[in-house]
Amino acid sequence: MTEYFFYFFGGMALLSAGFILFTRHILHAAFALVLTFLCVTALYILANAEFVAVTQIMIYIGGIIVLVIFGVMLTNEMSGKNNESSAVNRFTGGALALGLASLLCYGIMRMNLGLLKEASDPDQVQRLGESLLTDFVLPFEVAAILLLMALIGAAVIASDKLKKDQE
Amino acid sequence: MIPLEHFYFISAILFALGLAIVVTRRNAIFVLMGVELMLNAANINFVAISHGGKLEGQLFALFVIVVAAAEAAVGLAIILAVYRRFKTINLDKVNEITD
Repeated sequence: MTEYFFYFFGGMALLSAGFILFTRHILHAAFALVLTFLCVTALYILANAEFVAVTQIMIYIGGIIVLVIFGVMLTNEMSGKNNESSAVNRFTGGALALGLASLLCYGIMRMNLGLLKEASDPDQVQRLGESLLTDFVLPFEVAAILLLMALIGAAVIASDKLKKDQE
Repeated sequence: MIPLEHFYFISAILFALGLAIVVTRRNAIFVLMGVELMLNAANINFVAISHGGKLEGQLFALFVIVVAAAEAAVGLAIILAVYRRFKTINLDKVNEITD
């Protein structure tokens, strides 16, 4: 049963990512990206990583997608033509992606990783929190500082004041 | 039981699709979406390898998500600033009209 879910969600993730690659309408691409992130979340749950899955939903779908849609609406006049963006470098991009995918798949086929263990421990979130505040407390604090810097930097860069100062 | 390789295959193909989006698109927001896809593909690997009681992979995935959020916020702010200055977010045109 789990296998069917895995292949269903994996296939859906790849299909919606392919839709982003081939669509010309940027809002359609943003909504396909929501579907991709949801399917990847399902893959996390199937890999027994519930906390990462919930974080993915909150940050990617609740944050990044909303930011992307804001960006689309603030940078495009919503009048048809500007929403569409054609593809360039089709041959180079396709060859590069195909080459990378086949190289990676060849490498993966040579590995022997074994099966996913199905043992999901009920106190996994507790252990995650404990290791975040003991063994991984330095990266945790650095991530906090990084988020603060990104917050201030984004507000400064996106504000009108920068442009007025330059003129 | 799912073989771990299949997680890796999905992640590899997702990464290649993200790379194709980054290379073939000239809209800056499309490029940002491709980068997010690539980061997500890397995360699938981290999560898949941390099965069976090991948590390091999941912690790595969490930090990657944090960095992706910061990157998206700053990236979109830069796109907004570029749009305000050049009135376009087509990366080729932005490249042409820099002084």
